[in-house]
Amino acid sequence: MSDSKIITNAPAPEGIQGEGFFAGKLSDVVGMARANSLWPLPFATSCCGIEFMATMASHYDVARFGSERMSFSPRQADMLLVMGTIAKKMAPILRQVYEQMAEPRWVISVGACACSGGIFDTYSVLQGIDKIIPVDVYVPGCPPRPEQILDGIMRLQDLVRSESVRRRSSPEYTELLASYNIK
Amino acid sequence: MSDLLLPPELRYADIIEKRKNEDGSELSILNLGPTHPATHGIFQNILLMDGERIVEGEGTVGYIHRAFEKIAENRPFYQITPLTDRMNYCSSPINNMGWWMTLEKALNIEVPKRAQYLRVIVMELARIADHIICNSVLGVDTGALTGFLYVFQYREKIYEIYEEICGARLTTNMGRIGGFERDWSPLAFEKLNILLEEFPPIWQEFENLLARNRIFMDRTIDVGPISAEKAISYGFTGPNLRAAGVDYDIRVMQPYSSYEDFEFDIPVGKSGDTYDRFCVRNAEVWESLKIIKQALAKLPEGPYHADVPDYYLPPKDEVYHNMEALIYHFKIVMGEVPVPVTEVYHPVEGGNGELGFYLVTNGSRTPYRLHFRRPCFIYYQAFNEMVKGQMLSDAIATLSSLNVIAGELDA
Amino acid sequence: MALETTTIQRSLNDHFESAVSDFQQIHDILTFEVDSEQIAKVMTFLRDDATLRFNFLTDLCGMHFPDADPSRQFSVVYHMHNWVDNVRIRIKCFLPAENPTIDTVSNIFLSANWQERETYDFYGIIFKGHPQLKRILNMDEMTSFPMRKEFPLEDGGRTDKDDRFFGRTTDNR
Repeated sequence: MSDSKIITNAPAPEGIQGEGFFAGKLSDVVGMARANSLWPLPFATSCCGIEFMATMASHYDVARFGSERMSFSPRQADMLLVMGTIAKKMAPILRQVYEQMAEPRWVISVGACACSGGIFDTYSVLQGIDKIIPVDVYVPGCPPRPEQILDGIMRLQDLVRSESVRRRSSPEYTELLASYNIK
Repeated sequence: MSDLLLPPELRYADIIEKRKNEDGSELSILNLGPTHPATHGIFQNILLMDGERIVEGEGTVGYIHRAFEKIAENRPFYQITPLTDRMNYCSSPINNMGWWMTLEKALNIEVPKRAQYLRVIVMELARIADHIICNSVLGVDTGALTGFLYVFQYREKIYEIYEEICGARLTTNMGRIGGFERDWSPLAFEKLNILLEEFPPIWQEFENLLARNRIFMDRTIDVGPISAEKAISYGFTGPNLRAAGVDYDIRVMQPYSSYEDFEFDIPVGKSGDTYDRFCVRNAEVWESLKIIKQALAKLPEGPYHADVPDYYLPPKDEVYHNMEALIYHFKIVMGEVPVPVTEVYHPVEGGNGELGFYLVTNGSRTPYRLHFRRPCFIYYQAFNEMVKGQMLSDAIATLSSLNVIAGELDA
Repeated sequence: MALETTTIQRSLNDHFESAVSDFQQIHDILTFEVDSEQIAKVMTFLRDDATLRFNFLTDLCGMHFPDADPSRQFSVVYHMHNWVDNVRIRIKCFLPAENPTIDTVSNIFLSANWQERETYDFYGIIFKGHPQLKRILNMDEMTSFPMRKEFPLEDGGRTDKDDRFFGRTTDNR
């Protein structure tokens, strides 16, 4: 493993660089900062939660992607990871957790159950969390491997990096939330 | 209407109204869960608290009710294995094998010795994986994250063995009626041997880290105890019952899959508290390693599945080139196999107790009724009684050491 | 096996006469039917009798037979286990379709408490004398009993999966 190189800094965003200064777009810098310090809120209900445990443990180490701190309080979290089956009894609670999160907030739906109900096409299971909250990234799998969860987080980082700083106050976003009846 | 049918918060509000402490302080209601990070899974407990002490509590479950039993009534037999995976997802292979053995009992199929031994190996691996999670997370809940990060490396190694056997990591869907879908690859055995060599010193170190650790002992001894009589009445089985001093183990009481061929001890505790549960699980890991070693040493050559073409999917290669095999493949996949009208109950020693399958058939392609005896569901009802009068932080440690798996609890 | 099944049968017949019937050995478990009025008494006897010693209630579950006679449409199945002699038995009680009611055994075995609640939740079987008979797994607002055979597995109101594309009807038959 001697030839592996550890990269410690993210590539600089687009801009003009010179001796002692850097001029670029504010949204790029904000995006970069946000993307590399996503604080996850693990909302683990079942099997996928165990795979997430593996993801955050030593072998896969999600902390490498700027998600060192698991935030179990929704108020200090940026990224809601919904892992596992969400039963109808659980749905209002998930929604409440989402509402408690401060903007900007992102949601990753991990696993087949959270994405679509998975194999549990039954009277008691919510057929996909996108029925109640908006979702940014879907990770398929039953359960997804830790690599897949990491990939989902990296896809989300791409989204976050390119997101405009004004998106959260745009009418489209307000409309999106209104369609879910979230204030 | 009886008082107990009311939502607990109303009932407790009444108690708070009536009861004031001498120093003028009041009782309070605390809602623990269902998304509390320390509860590992989604249970809600509404607790009536006197400061830090729990006066009374009521648990609500069902937040991940997925209607397993209803689904099972609508699926052909071999499609039920994926459901069993998702029940106790910390030790899926035990559930898979338990289900196959139930079917084999109903269909009177004799499984060859090699397949039985392989099953024993994989079930014991699953038990180790289960206990690794439970004990290391108990460490996390009492403030020691290191142990968790350390032993989880070796859980990954167990997953790698599963991957060699069946291709999946967590929800394994392993095996077939009558044995395994394929023989284990040499790489699987190689990885198993590496694990057997590398894991014991790590586990020993983990045990040293916690077992005689003053902080850990203070946090767990006499926390959440249960007496043997109470435990039996509450339907405790598995490590939690053994921690209370009752040496009940299905592997010895009703040996299945050739468990009678192996020498192993049943570790028992004394007081049934959190520390004893931790120690019993630790000791069981050693016993499991012992069983795996014996099974590997005695592993006979021979077929890895029973010769039952009616139920055992033929190899893919034959399906493509052979008429007979294709017909059987179709019949099995469409669920058109002969099933006798009968009922069986088959228990196996799951990761946290007696995991039973009660199967009633009426000759059709699906079970008429399939009931899972889920150990978590049965013993979790004792939780609120166990933590009565204890501190809140002790309740978390107790819950953690009971190893309640939400998926199994809520079915 | 120290405790013979014939001993169990004789002892029960002596004490409860016609209330216990239909003894048969199905695979490894002795199965018999108990009059639903007598279940609490039979169970107490099985637990406390000096030779029978069935000290453990392993399992309790309900069943539904919509095609059976209206007086026997529901059943509650108990599995008991004698740990001393390692013998298991299975007890069945049949209940009518109209108002299925049976005595609770939660005062005999504490573990029956939640299992009876689950059975009530799934089948609507009323356990008389149960301290807290309310739904456990499903939402309190639910009005039907989902494990009854006529109840469809899939939620009829769902919109994401169009049954026409799956070649099936909602009850998946």
